[in-house]
Amino acid sequence: MQIIENSTVYDAIIVGSGAGGGMSAKVLSEAGLKVAVVEAGPFFDPALPEHQTQLKWPYESPRRGKSTRFRPFGDFDAAYGGWDIEGEPYTQKDGTQFEWFRSRMLGGRTNHWGRISLRFGPKDFKHKDVDGHGDNWPISYDDVKPYYDKVDKMIGVFGTNEGLPNDPDGFFLPPPKPRLHELFYIKGARKSNIPVYPSRLSMLTKKINNDRGVCFYCGQCNRACQVYADFSAGTCLIFPAQKNGGQIDLFVNCMVREVTTDEEGRATGVSYINKEDRKEYKLKGKVVVLGASACSSARILLNSKSKQHPNGLGNSSDVVGRYLHDSTGADRAAFIPDLMNRKVSYNEDGVGGMHVYSPWWGDNSKLDFPRGYHIEVWGGMGMPSYGFGFNANEFNKFFGTKVGGYGDVLRSDAKKYYGAVVGMAGRGESIARRDNYCEIDPTTVDEFGIPVLRFHYKWSQFEINQAKHMQDTFEEILTNMGGEFMGEKPGKDTNYGLHNPGNIIHEVGTTRMGDDPKNSVTNKYQQLHDVDNVFIVDAGPFTSQADKNCTWTILALSMRASEYIVDQLKQQNI
Amino acid sequence: MDRRKSLKSIVLGSVAGGLAIHGCKPSGETEQLVESPKITYPGRVPLEEELIQELHDEQFLNPHEIATLTILCDLILPASEEFKAASDAEVVDFIEFMAKDVPAYQPDIRGGLMWLDHKCNTENSVEFKDATVEQQKAILDEIAYYDPEVPGNERPFEVNFFSLIRNLTMTGFYTSKIGIEEIGYKGNMPNVWDGVPDDVLEQHGVAYEEEWLAKCVDQSKRGVIAEWDEKGNLIT
Repeated sequence: MQIIENSTVYDAIIVGSGAGGGMSAKVLSEAGLKVAVVEAGPFFDPALPEHQTQLKWPYESPRRGKSTRFRPFGDFDAAYGGWDIEGEPYTQKDGTQFEWFRSRMLGGRTNHWGRISLRFGPKDFKHKDVDGHGDNWPISYDDVKPYYDKVDKMIGVFGTNEGLPNDPDGFFLPPPKPRLHELFYIKGARKSNIPVYPSRLSMLTKKINNDRGVCFYCGQCNRACQVYADFSAGTCLIFPAQKNGGQIDLFVNCMVREVTTDEEGRATGVSYINKEDRKEYKLKGKVVVLGASACSSARILLNSKSKQHPNGLGNSSDVVGRYLHDSTGADRAAFIPDLMNRKVSYNEDGVGGMHVYSPWWGDNSKLDFPRGYHIEVWGGMGMPSYGFGFNANEFNKFFGTKVGGYGDVLRSDAKKYYGAVVGMAGRGESIARRDNYCEIDPTTVDEFGIPVLRFHYKWSQFEINQAKHMQDTFEEILTNMGGEFMGEKPGKDTNYGLHNPGNIIHEVGTTRMGDDPKNSVTNKYQQLHDVDNVFIVDAGPFTSQADKNCTWTILALSMRASEYIVDQLKQQNI
Repeated sequence: MDRRKSLKSIVLGSVAGGLAIHGCKPSGETEQLVESPKITYPGRVPLEEELIQELHDEQFLNPHEIATLTILCDLILPASEEFKAASDAEVVDFIEFMAKDVPAYQPDIRGGLMWLDHKCNTENSVEFKDATVEQQKAILDEIAYYDPEVPGNERPFEVNFFSLIRNLTMTGFYTSKIGIEEIGYKGNMPNVWDGVPDDVLEQHGVAYEEEWLAKCVDQSKRGVIAEWDEKGNLIT
């Protein structure tokens, strides 16, 4: 069979519709370019009743919201995909374990995330100067600041200007008031001299424009908001761009195989498999913008082999796929007796995430790990879902009363302990290493015949030490709160509860930016060193992660790269 | 321009699943989004719907097991003047579904129900479901309590069986409409969060700081479009 070619020549073909691809689609289309967006999953719009899971009750799911293979964060989670996708495997190397989370749908993983929207700080771009580890970015905070400012105003993020040295101020919407358990957290953390601030999440606590609604505090951002009061790339970037008249052709359920190139080695477009008819198609474009996610974009490049690019597109450096790094993560929870016997007289759903958090406060020069972490906190009288009432009165053990039983005592125990658990999660920075990588597994293809990724990833002692510090900190704060711990403190045998890499879903660095083409994949405008009409707008170009979530920086950098594309096209440089 | 129509016309590459024209526009008015549709299974892709249908088409529990489980679940959460029973929330139907969704539950549920009958026959010469409530409770009293310091996999089978049924009964009940009403959860509906009520703060011995509250959203101005000065101070 012949590959079917579309005769349209797009100004730009964007692969992926998440934060990076969505932002690029908005900037490029609003500049008047004709754009194709190619997304591997189906169309999704939470304003459509048949796509909505928001405001559903647990009994509207036969499994009461329990997680499934397709929705590991629960049956009502908006994001379809997960760590284990039928027909789309990935493999591991040398006994290492990297878990790769993908969302197959318009908007990608922006339909899932916690909307924690943290700018990187000045130190985060030049961390090698501070501690000698990793590499500096070729750009600084000052290069990115104007774009962060624009993203804040375009998309909306609540928070507060605190004048912190490495957690920059911005253009914030006002934050919501803390919930009850968060007031306990504030007290507990401060007792250990750990500062607490209003959190910074991209939800509209105040109107930002006439196209999007205002948060109505259902606490369900992970189910996607039908009034677009939280950020996802479909609702806040692609749809508004279309509404503004941007020429965006959406190709959904289309899985990009490779970037096609001409005799000179320049990109001519992409080839993709249409998942509906399982045929291969080609699209032509003047510029190809990869925003498929750090690992997916690396995979596409590595699979785009040609005479001119025998090692994969943009991979003359042999760096594509290398320096893969995820955030570190560890967690702990405790039962807080002072939060027992709560009045259920009010609705404390709040926004879909924590109202307060602790950005990194420590001095790494005095610690046995070089990079920091921030603390997220959870708790409260949430909507019952699968798992509610399991071991309903196990906390009786803290009072020396019987555990288990049957009858009405279970009811009173369930009510006594409702909303009395507080959990903490540390999310930290790991060091980017050349030896942590993804590569093409020559032995395996997915169901579309596309060679899959094979991962090799090991934490170092730095990350393990950091996790230990997290556990010690959690224990101290929860103890300050009067907590009784749930489960044993994770020890050395489990790397102090340090999650497997990939688990925190902040993987970055696979197509790192740099000034030297020998040890980086893109230049500081996220343009391949090897091919001037291919750009990468996901987290692949990150030279390093920070002790922050990566989405806000993906958005700012995608905007910056996309404006550069427009400028270069105008100047006819590409 | 009707945004839906425009989207429908430009989704290419394949038939977008479930994409249809709807007049539902994003809106800043919370009043317009109070009602969610009645029970429909929401937001699924075809593969998920197929699997759910397959699970519904299967039958795991036989009539005797259903009858026994119904009695067992109602001993766990009995009806009274004040409360509804597990059976009022159709907990056994939920357990039937979960046994198929999590096949690892199946041997414990099936074997545990057999154990109950064996035990009851041995002691009372009658199957569990036909025993008197006193006889049933006498059996449960031996298996309903556990030592939380003993790891789960070291506890006797019958204790773990009962814990599993108790857990599924509790979850099945408290995720049902009547269970949610009983537990008193007040959320899952549009509202305006404006902090913890004073009586709750007082009960738990905490208070808001003025300095912190001053940073928080003024809910009377939430509908006013945000504007900032050049330093990032909100001015509206």
